[in-house]
Amino acid sequence: MKNQRQGLSRRSFIAGVAGSSLMMSMGSLVSGCSSEQASQALSSGDLSKAFAPNIWFEINGAGEVLINIVRAEMGQHVGTSLAQIVADELGADWSKVSFKHVDTDPKWGVMVTGGSWSVHTSFTQLSQAGAAGRTVIIDAASKLMGVPAKACSAENGVVSAGDRSLTFAEIVSNGDFSRSISEEELAAMPVKTAAQRNIIGQNLQNRDVEAKSQGDAVYGLDTELPGMAYAMPLLPPTRYGSRIVAIDDSAAKSIAGYIGAVQINDPTQTVQACVVVAAETMPAALKAAKAVRVEWVPGPTALVTEADIVAEGERLAADPEQGALFVNEGDVLAAKAQASVALSATYTTSTALHFTMEPQNALVEFDSEGRCHIHAGNQWQSLILPVLAQALEMPEADIVIHQYYLGGGYGRRLFGDQMIPAALAARSLGRPVKLIFDRASDSRFDCVRSPSVCTLEAFFDSDGALTGVDHAVVAGWPTKSMAPFFLGPGIDGKGEVDGFSVNGADHWYTLPSHRVRTMNNALAQETFLPGWLRAVGPGWVSWGVESFFDEIADQQGADPVALRLQLLDAAGKNAGDNAKTVGGAQRLAAVLKDVTSRAEWGRQMPANEGLGVAVGHGQERGMPTWVACVAHVAVDVASGEVALKKLWQTIDVGTVVNPDGAMAQAEGAALWGVSLALHEGARFDAGEVAEQNLDRYTPLRMRDVPELDIAFVDSQEFPSGLGEPPLIPVAPAIGNAVFAASGQRVRRLPIRLA
Amino acid sequence: MVDFMLNGEVVTASSEADTPLLWVLREELKLRGTKFGCGIAQCGACTVHIDGRPMRSCVTPVSAVAGRAVTTIEGLATPVGEALKTAWTEVQVPQCGYCQSGQIMQAAGLLESNPTPSDEEIVASMNGNLCRCMAYPRIKKAIKTAASGGVLS
Repeated sequence: MKNQRQGLSRRSFIAGVAGSSLMMSMGSLVSGCSSEQASQALSSGDLSKAFAPNIWFEINGAGEVLINIVRAEMGQHVGTSLAQIVADELGADWSKVSFKHVDTDPKWGVMVTGGSWSVHTSFTQLSQAGAAGRTVIIDAASKLMGVPAKACSAENGVVSAGDRSLTFAEIVSNGDFSRSISEEELAAMPVKTAAQRNIIGQNLQNRDVEAKSQGDAVYGLDTELPGMAYAMPLLPPTRYGSRIVAIDDSAAKSIAGYIGAVQINDPTQTVQACVVVAAETMPAALKAAKAVRVEWVPGPTALVTEADIVAEGERLAADPEQGALFVNEGDVLAAKAQASVALSATYTTSTALHFTMEPQNALVEFDSEGRCHIHAGNQWQSLILPVLAQALEMPEADIVIHQYYLGGGYGRRLFGDQMIPAALAARSLGRPVKLIFDRASDSRFDCVRSPSVCTLEAFFDSDGALTGVDHAVVAGWPTKSMAPFFLGPGIDGKGEVDGFSVNGADHWYTLPSHRVRTMNNALAQETFLPGWLRAVGPGWVSWGVESFFDEIADQQGADPVALRLQLLDAAGKNAGDNAKTVGGAQRLAAVLKDVTSRAEWGRQMPANEGLGVAVGHGQERGMPTWVACVAHVAVDVASGEVALKKLWQTIDVGTVVNPDGAMAQAEGAALWGVSLALHEGARFDAGEVAEQNLDRYTPLRMRDVPELDIAFVDSQEFPSGLGEPPLIPVAPAIGNAVFAASGQRVRRLPIRLA
Repeated sequence: MVDFMLNGEVVTASSEADTPLLWVLREELKLRGTKFGCGIAQCGACTVHIDGRPMRSCVTPVSAVAGRAVTTIEGLATPVGEALKTAWTEVQVPQCGYCQSGQIMQAAGLLESNPTPSDEEIVASMNGNLCRCMAYPRIKKAIKTAASGGVLS
């Protein structure tokens, strides 16, 4: 993604005093502006012409540290983790550290929270910013104390030199600060070694948890403005191509407080054929939404079913002419031509809903200057802002998205499409509008996880040795509809690839030949808006890959763990080649050995029970989180019911910033994996999802929770991400365990035995 | 007009009699700790106490609480309620947190009637409360923590 401000020069760190506070910021100087001018701008409080900060924090005269957090809080306690990184390097007193989740402003650059990226992509910059802040504080303290800066150290909010010391409060109140630090100095800035850290790695309480335990946390749905109307959407029978023929609100007119029905004309066509029903109160809006009758001519996908979409995926996967190359190592076609034995299998996943507990909503107000204020929790403000600007035909700079706690993200709130009808209705009605989706509307409007198809073929020579694997991956692509700038060509420069929808197919097994073709399922793309759902591509790709390597092991009469360890030899490209991938497949082999040891792999199991294994390697090959998983299932032969008794995971995510928070993410992600494997799945029927509420959509409940045994590798390597990776190997581990228990090979999610 | 006791004080709701209690609490009386999730009593995010028993406010018409005592998360100040809120923080239960008011209200109902529930009794009582972040292991642990007098195991 391009930086949204033009004319930016290189990164630097600036400090300046505003009022009684020391402001510190890392970012880019606007070209033509000196760092001195930027420091002055920082002190004046208006950076807009001088500096584009992506990290900004301040220390006030009481020594309290306030850190601006650009990422969204949706359950991962991201503010606490990111603040820990800054505070550790800064030498702050954690009890005096607070943070806030900021509203949109062009100065923040790209605002996105997803992909398990937050800690991984911020760690270096936050560490450098904290270290730069420490340098600034120590320099000022050394002058105040008349001792060399080299003799000073900062810890727990105090700078000490020998027997002398000053608190941050004293330094900020009395020091001299206007200064900047260049990119070269930043790069050379000494950051702490693992042994020197005393805030990173601590189980500090997450700062959002207390409010969330008292009913005090404010989500988008909890916002209110004077004079606002309540509104609910009426959605067309198909996401695309439906047309409104008539709106009949005669039955609504007798409802006290009914305002009207607004036909939404979205110039971007992101939201089509939608009617928003507005009333003075929520009860009136609920009644009016039922009373208003809209007649639509359905779009061309009105009869599409889940089976149609999967059949189209299977057709594409089977057509060797289709697709772009994502991996092409060795000569897989020669391996196929010369194979003595071939093994082939197709794996599918069903449509899955995000089903955030907080339904989609947005409160929109146009202020007296015509600026548009949107109140809604969101994960990717930088993605929806340009769409809103087009939809409202107004400059992006005049639209502000105010951030709140997200009542669930999981990728759903990466796209703020619900803001569009809310904003257009607010403009049409000339007053603030709070648009609330009821649950069925939320499900129908969801950017669901696309049904997916993976077809895998393995080839063996006359000695039974594996000579190659050919893999085709087909799904609806979120990126194609919502973020096409992320699409790229195949590795041969041909065709089109959505990396987010095929990641995981570039796994860490060393193979004599390996090819991956990826293709978009156009029928999926036409029928609905495919979305990023927790774990995204690896969530369905690894279901295929990790189930298939079990089939290969079975074909070869090999132990599934032994086969994996043999292929995880960390040779060549699988060695890992930078600080983020260091160790490569060795680290995956290590977590696999650890988890199978803890699960006592290879032990005798009771009848109809079995252990299954699978590995995962994170969201992207460039930021691997190494996860190995063992599942223990019992299969009821008569009923076909699968009971998951226990799940083990070993996770190597590198440095862990907040161990208890990391464990919470791992628990949640692993259980999401269980839910998608055994409990939840939707079907398209007549052009839309049939399962729209909990009477038919059945995510995992407390009764279904297996025993969990999750361990982290004690590591000082670069931190990767954690919100999604523990989800990835769960479904194939369960599927492989079902095979071990029953001899039945399952190739479809959710798992349903005949 | 419906009069009822809300968190210890008499209130008068002017919403129509068939209005779900959830929306009366949230939008008329501005107590927004109680959440809207599914609207069909299947997720538990809207759980409040009516005369001390956990009920789903999204399907309870306000007329049904006339003259009765309603307690929301904001008014849950019993020893059990305080123990649960404390345990929720100590165990770091909430992730997104949206369902947690309802989870705590449901758990409070359980502990008021059964101060030392078994694992099976906890599951039986809590199974109707969906947590989409799947913080179930910690919900269970926090209930046991509160039940045992707040001592972390």
